[in-house]
Amino acid sequence: MKRWLSKNLIKVYATLAFIYLFIPIAYTMAFSFNNAGKSNLTWRGFTWANWQNPCGAPQVCNALGNSLKIGGLATLIATILGTMIAFALGRHRFRGRSVVNILIFLPMATPEIVLGASLLAMFLNLGINPGFWPTVIAHVMFCISFVVVTVKARIASLDPKLEEAAMDLYATEAETFRRVTLPLVMPGIFGAALLAFSLSFDDFIITNFNSGTLTTFPKFVYISSSRGIPPQANVIGSTMFILALTIVLAGQFVSSRKNRV
Amino acid sequence: MAFVAAVAKRSGNVRGIKRPSTPYLLLIPGIAWLFMFFIYPLINLASTSTQTPAASGEVGAYVQTFRFANYIDAFSGARDQFLRSIVYALIATLLALAISYPLAYAIAFKSGKWKNLLLVLVVAPFFTSFLLRTVAWKQILGNEGPVVAVLKFLHILGPQSGLTASAFAVVTGMTYNFLPFMTLPLYASLERIDPRTLEASSDLYANGITTFRKVTFPLSLPGVVAGTLLTFIPAAGDYINATLLGNPRTKMIGNVIEARFFDIVDYPTAAALSFMLMAAILIMVMVYVRRAGTEELV
Repeated sequence: MKRWLSKNLIKVYATLAFIYLFIPIAYTMAFSFNNAGKSNLTWRGFTWANWQNPCGAPQVCNALGNSLKIGGLATLIATILGTMIAFALGRHRFRGRSVVNILIFLPMATPEIVLGASLLAMFLNLGINPGFWPTVIAHVMFCISFVVVTVKARIASLDPKLEEAAMDLYATEAETFRRVTLPLVMPGIFGAALLAFSLSFDDFIITNFNSGTLTTFPKFVYISSSRGIPPQANVIGSTMFILALTIVLAGQFVSSRKNRV
Repeated sequence: MAFVAAVAKRSGNVRGIKRPSTPYLLLIPGIAWLFMFFIYPLINLASTSTQTPAASGEVGAYVQTFRFANYIDAFSGARDQFLRSIVYALIATLLALAISYPLAYAIAFKSGKWKNLLLVLVVAPFFTSFLLRTVAWKQILGNEGPVVAVLKFLHILGPQSGLTASAFAVVTGMTYNFLPFMTLPLYASLERIDPRTLEASSDLYANGITTFRKVTFPLSLPGVVAGTLLTFIPAAGDYINATLLGNPRTKMIGNVIEARFFDIVDYPTAAALSFMLMAAILIMVMVYVRRAGTEELV
């Protein structure tokens, strides 16, 4: 027993760590089936009702819709802008490169509350009311850096021989980019977009500063947390979890199949 | 001619020569966005931080008087919360490191064909909302929750005491919520280690502990540095855990900045505190990175 333990200590530890990681998820999922009535703080019996009517709680689907709209727009803009910067950094040598690198790093090293407060102060100074578009602008701003880092890593991992081969076969620069480089970088861009969307969807602090009276899903949870969040919020959280897990696992499956061929 | 060639080489593509303007065209939109919505707001915030209330006495109206004493006033009014933020964030970072390092090690070296799946599972909990996870912890650690019941049964907790609304709950929540920021960089640096270096170490009669201390750990240092920074920075500025899991005596600097901004409409103090938080983090990061001896961060 003692020998087995010392040999497998690290695996036991990792298993415990995984249990710890999943406790709150299990809790969130379990309480999505709670026959809660108004307060979802204690277990009151099993029901499918929350899953059959996820918009049953007032405001919850409105908040979700706002989060999806903001997340979609912010992801689109940040992915395009970030990918362009990543190509500039990954494929070109130019003056001011280190300044750009610092400018990309800084937003990631700045606490969210500083980003949120500084943007709101600027909007207020300019006479712009916080709301939907200021929130989108803010989300694009903090997502760009993460897109750049993700796509840049993918570009750096490309085998230059593939592009050289395309050029050797008389492909023009544009053709090489469109038919060789871009398809190879695509998984990185897709991953960056997923990351940007999840960062935007999950953001609370910066959103809280810049959204005014607009309610997003995290804001909804925050506001209703004092009374106990409605079980419908757990339904939405669980759905997001299953959806994201499915997308990532499917992506892994596809890429492992491709590697085998 | 040599000069032209040198310029072409410097400004051109890594391979082959491209128009030197291409990188700038690619950069302009994104960098402009960052200048308008990141750099300019920071400059604006710096300017706000030295303003004083306007003579009209209107709420939220301030004029620039370059009163740098705002910083001293702001700090002395929020010293406890400031220090608390740093201490909580440090504890949460160390706990996250203690949890994540063996986990990342197990995934990198002991998981075989399950590696990718386990890596997904590490990130998976973070596909649910940050707020929902924190609320879940509030219930798990709450008075009706399982943890309190077990601890009371074992007589570790007295019948009247609880776990929530405490510094313990705040640090627990912070540790949990920023865990993937620690695990992923650690995994990335551990995975890069050539197994042959570990074999070489044991061939030279080093035991497991010595190999870890002299080979594995030093080689994983970039991951340790990146992971601790990525955990510490958001933890120090966080106020959600302190709000949902804490009590008035566990308030952090984020709580103060938020309250100054929204409840009291005291923009200069909020701005000064924001800058001090940012400066404190940047100084700590620079000292730490220099001591750890790793230059590359991004």
